[in-house]
Amino acid sequence: MDIINSISTQLISGNDKDVASDTKKALDSGISAETILNDGLIMGMNIIGDRFRDHEVFLPDVLMAAKAMYAGMELIKPILIKSGISSRGKIVIGTIQGDLHDIGKNLVGIMLKGAGYEVIDLGHDVSPEKFVEVAKETGATIIGMSALLTTTMANMKEVVKILKNENLDGKIRTIIGGAPVSDQYASDIGVDKYSFDAGNAVDIVKELMA
Amino acid sequence: MNIRPQVRFLSDQLIEKILDESRDILCKLGTKIHNEGILEMLSGFGAKVDRTTNNVIYTQEIIDKALSTVPSSFKLYDTSGEETHDFCDNNVYFTPGSAALNILDSETGEIRRPGTSDYIKYVKLVSSLDNITSQSTALVPDDIHEKISDSYRLYLSLMYGKKPVVTGTFTVDAFNVMREMQIMVRGDSKNLKEKPLTVFSCCPTSPLKWSDVTSQNVIDCGENRIPIEFIAMPLTGFISPVTITGTLVAHTAETLSGIVISQLANPGAPLLYGGSPAAFDIRYETTPMGAVETQMIDCAYNEIGKYLGIPTQAYISLSDSKRLDAQAGLESAMGATLAVLSGINSISGPGMLDFENCQSLEKLVVDNEICGMTLRMAKGIVPREDFPALPHFQELLKENHLLISDHTRKYLKDEHYFPGKVIDRANLSRWQSEGSLTLKERAKSEVDKHIANYTPTDLPEEVKKGLTGLMITESKKHGMDSLPEQNV
Ligand code: B12
Repeated sequence: MDIINSISTQLISGNDKDVASDTKKALDSGISAETILNDGLIMGMNIIGDRFRDHEVFLPDVLMAAKAMYAGMELIKPILIKSGISSRGKIVIGTIQGDLHDIGKNLVGIMLKGAGYEVIDLGHDVSPEKFVEVAKETGATIIGMSALLTTTMANMKEVVKILKNENLDGKIRTIIGGAPVSDQYASDIGVDKYSFDAGNAVDIVKELMA
Repeated sequence: MNIRPQVRFLSDQLIEKILDESRDILCKLGTKIHNEGILEMLSGFGAKVDRTTNNVIYTQEIIDKALSTVPSSFKLYDTSGEETHDFCDNNVYFTPGSAALNILDSETGEIRRPGTSDYIKYVKLVSSLDNITSQSTALVPDDIHEKISDSYRLYLSLMYGKKPVVTGTFTVDAFNVMREMQIMVRGDSKNLKEKPLTVFSCCPTSPLKWSDVTSQNVIDCGENRIPIEFIAMPLTGFISPVTITGTLVAHTAETLSGIVISQLANPGAPLLYGGSPAAFDIRYETTPMGAVETQMIDCAYNEIGKYLGIPTQAYISLSDSKRLDAQAGLESAMGATLAVLSGINSISGPGMLDFENCQSLEKLVVDNEICGMTLRMAKGIVPREDFPALPHFQELLKENHLLISDHTRKYLKDEHYFPGKVIDRANLSRWQSEGSLTLKERAKSEVDKHIANYTPTDLPEEVKKGLTGLMITESKKHGMDSLPEQNV
């Protein structure tokens, strides 16, 4: 399994070329794509995620690692798809209607993608209907919403209502973030989870997908 | 013989280069503008407009044309029509930071949502702080429908405060109500145009984008001669280059694009060359306002604005701390000092904590002293009947002191700034005998004193009734039949 360790080590250091060549070597030596994904790539991303949370490494280090992960993913993706193993999960994200603040939401998207999730980013000023519609269309199991304004945060309630009306609550989970919202607010409006930053969002999504 | 103390970060040569590069960006990449009317207008002036992407490619000519009509100064007047601000040269004025989500509770130390009574206390306090020249709508009350929280803030500010108001809208709809309120105070729209009462923040969306709401706001304000401040917010290494110089290019490009929109639609519309850029902290994913690099960027773009002959604004002199502690003091004081020495005309920040998310009344009282000290510093060192020096020293040797000399009595108050009680200058024993009060305790008692001494403004009763009527009509649209209680 040295080669698998090497994949995660190279990934942590952000060496995308080495991750690609190690992934190729691993495949050639008969290791399954699933093992490479879980014990090599995702393992590495988990480690860098923890280090990021503990302030041992910085955001650019995580993004470099994510880029390295994609170098490996490129090679194993066709095999995974053939054997019916999909991505780690699908998430629809966006900034809620009336709100243009998308910096934080973008960062959350980058980190989730980096952690191996498939992220469908609807941009900013997204209507509650659109969130649900796209989640249904794509089969996403989580809707992530961002609000930075006290004037727009209430619009996130609508998404919860629509999900209830369509009997989708529980099937499509919800997660919110942004300066004016909180754990308390999330539970007040019936959202599943609140998350305070992008690193934390990855942990919470992992929890929700489990 | 006198100099106005001044710091500079940029040479004229570097300013020219940054301007060239940002013009180049506007003329090659352009900006997106999500507003039909403005696209139409700019295309009429020769900009290249792509209707499918809403992208506008500027020309050097329209940038020059816009720059040629920006006023080099403008004034603000309080609710009674007295002049309070003359934004020009190196005149500096402080205003509390903008729309905080939270307030640091004086009693419990809790960071919580503010209500109407917090807002009124805030306005009463600002009314009596000498070194803070305008109010800003620095809190967003939680007990009103969120859709009208922008106009409601202005309403309370006009009801209780006399100082001009730095504010802004959250939505397109709010503009008309907020204009109506100002017209009520001034009597008619002509008077409002002649004597501006507010400054509206208008934010481009970094990178290189204008939303429908904010770009429309630029136009609406211009038509009514309501001054605006452009608030571009590039973030280093994230949505602008990691270097200060690169971020200045981004800030300059976005601000110039705003100037083009403003001036081509309404030549001569008053504006501040402002911003709220930040040195993005990659460790915490935050936008620190207390970072030294943030403050350097602020001072530097102010130099660019001045170079263009436009009065300036910045969010500087605030802190990222969550408490009124040493970090709050050091970040605010460093920012205020740099801002004043740079001659930033409108300095937004006092009272603010937690990036731009929390106001503290106690901090406002402390910051008022920081402002006082830095404003004193800006006056510099001026000889006041000091020469010839000999007679003063002869008098000293004769009397053994100068405590009651004519020279002392004449210049004591002009030469020295005496901070309020919040700044401790007692000796140890006196401090102990007065209760060994901490800064926070002293600040709290100053806040209470100021609020208790508040006297209502001279805004006529019928104007107040009119404002209240307007606000009730607004709140009814959102299912609230009455406004929250205003007893403080
Ligand atoms: C940058 C900024 C802007 C930029 C936004 C550019 C862009 N492309 O996003 C511009 C200049 C356009 C802007 C405009 C306005 N802004 Co603004 N803005 C800010 C500012 C300074 C920083 C926000 C930011 O990007 N932070 C950095 C990111 C990385 O952090 P974050 O957004 O908090 O996101 C993190 C977490 O919250 C979390 N998270 C966020 N979203 C999500 C989503 C999910 C699913 C998850 C899991 C997690 C998560 O993870 C993120 C990463 O760590 C804040 C103040 C502040 N310091 O928060 C004000 C602030 C939010 N703005 C404010 C205001 C008032 C406005 C305007 C109304 C001003 C005006 N009058 O025009 C307009 C609104 C326009 C509109 N309709 O949306 C107020 C809001 C006040 C209120 N009571 O609601 C604030 C608080 C500033 C202030 N005190 O006045 N703004």
